[in-house]
Amino acid sequence: MNKLPFYEEKLVKALMYLSVLIVAYCVVSVVGTILQRGLPVLSWQMVSEVPGGGFFIGGKGGFLNAIVGSLYIVGGSTILGLLIALPVVFYLNVYLKPTSRFAAIARLAFDALFGIPSIVYGAFAFTLMVAVGMRASLLGGIIVVTIMIVPMLIRSMDEVAKNIPHGLLESSYSLGSTRIETIGIVLRQIAPAIATATLLSIGRAIGDCAGVMFTAGFSDHIPTSLSQQAATLPLCVFYQLTAPQQSVQDRAYAAAVVLTLIVLVLSLGGRLIMSHFNKNKV
Amino acid sequence: MSRMTYRIFKDKMAGSVMAALTLAAILLVVVMAMELCVKSAPILRHYSLWTLLTESQWKPMKGEFGFLPFLAGTFWCTVVAIVLALPVSLLMAVYLTEYARPQLRTYAYPLLDILAGLPSVIYGVWGSLLIVPWISHTVAPFADRQSSGYTVLAGGIVLGVMILPLLISLFMELFANVSQNLHEASTALGATRWQTVKHVVLRQSAPGMMAAIVLALSRTMGETIAVLMVCGNLIIIPNSLLDACYPIPALIANNYGEMLSVPMYESALMLAAFLLFILVVMMNIGSRIILKRFRS
Repeated sequence: MNKLPFYEEKLVKALMYLSVLIVAYCVVSVVGTILQRGLPVLSWQMVSEVPGGGFFIGGKGGFLNAIVGSLYIVGGSTILGLLIALPVVFYLNVYLKPTSRFAAIARLAFDALFGIPSIVYGAFAFTLMVAVGMRASLLGGIIVVTIMIVPMLIRSMDEVAKNIPHGLLESSYSLGSTRIETIGIVLRQIAPAIATATLLSIGRAIGDCAGVMFTAGFSDHIPTSLSQQAATLPLCVFYQLTAPQQSVQDRAYAAAVVLTLIVLVLSLGGRLIMSHFNKNKV
Repeated sequence: MSRMTYRIFKDKMAGSVMAALTLAAILLVVVMAMELCVKSAPILRHYSLWTLLTESQWKPMKGEFGFLPFLAGTFWCTVVAIVLALPVSLLMAVYLTEYARPQLRTYAYPLLDILAGLPSVIYGVWGSLLIVPWISHTVAPFADRQSSGYTVLAGGIVLGVMILPLLISLFMELFANVSQNLHEASTALGATRWQTVKHVVLRQSAPGMMAAIVLALSRTMGETIAVLMVCGNLIIIPNSLLDACYPIPALIANNYGEMLSVPMYESALMLAAFLLFILVVMMNIGSRIILKRFRS
């Protein structure tokens, strides 16, 4: 009997174990390296104070400005994004027929938009802002991040909305409701998808760096109006990492820890919602 | 009756508002293409596209705009990333779909989620803390070279890790869609598991795998901050894996917004963004169409 296939099987299986180990190592290594370097320098002062005088040349203070700036941008863009994405998903799945040409083109366009790198969004938005005379500001950051996350929100909600049984909509119609009035049913069906899509997009919005680089700018203060520049966590990491002083670099690493922890909570939370929140599913 | 007409009016009204929103979202692609095209027109009027792409001198002050170093940087980082990520993700996807117990899958998904969710700046920090020193202290002396560690190799490794979750999830979806009957037929003929995978599963999903790879490539090409932090950013055409490089997104991120008074500088950067846009959109749409065919 030819033994070769069995040796091959064993070899490949060993390689597979190896690849699983490599992937697991990557996760542990990335998260571990960030925590190992950042946790010792993370302190309450870091997350609760805006930078004191001479932030970039050392001195006291933390990066509260970046935390608050990120929260403003993420909060604003997530709300705006949902306001745009929900109607579009509803329209694609309830108003249009499954065979609709327009829907197919729209889905392809969202696929294309989803893949466009954030640096291109940033550059594009900046030229538009210059054209209308806007400066880098909180508002600019919110707009560009909204544009970035809308395709993502639409795509991930649409995946689920596509599978809503048509009988469900028809039974609603047969009771006399119009298409817009079935919105309650559709929303209840895709509620878990809305939650996970929102968490995913928050994750992408908070981690985006290239998009807000030109459009939101950077500042040492907490913005008090939409027209002021706002700092964000990723840029806070990026700018301060290259500083020559140890104390400023420490802030970058501490900010990286905060960012990593936020993303960890978001992605684990998303899984949890997916598995526990499916009770309205038909 | 008037209540009825009101309800119908509301239905129609909501419909047209939502149609307008959808249309606006679609038009965004067109508007972006046009805007980038218009902005990069001035430089295309002065130099032919071919000269710009094949010239290797980048001296904006002297009016020399050669994109070759940046194209080469993006190309080599992408190649290294895919060469490193492909075998690992392929084997892991095969393992999770064909071999592993379902329980192991429930442990693997959160790990992949984390990997997919981490922001690119975190990968950049990881790369500069771990990969760059490793290359500088271990790899470079091993190859008998001096290197700062900020190299094509560092960029490739970081990008490779970043695209792992995308590749694995796309591969897993493809493999799971291969019909169970084919599996059983192959097993009935006496094939081992790996033989079934090799001759049935992989062959069945080959076109889809190509599409998945193209999709991952388009992701690596647009990645900005992580590569910017580990690639060294020297305007040279890299000769080896241990040379620094300067990918296109890094060029835009580092220079856009300043020195725009230099003639045609902004236009040149916009052309870079336009090239990136065209490449990524084409690769995306192409691979999505193929992948969609596989799903149905």
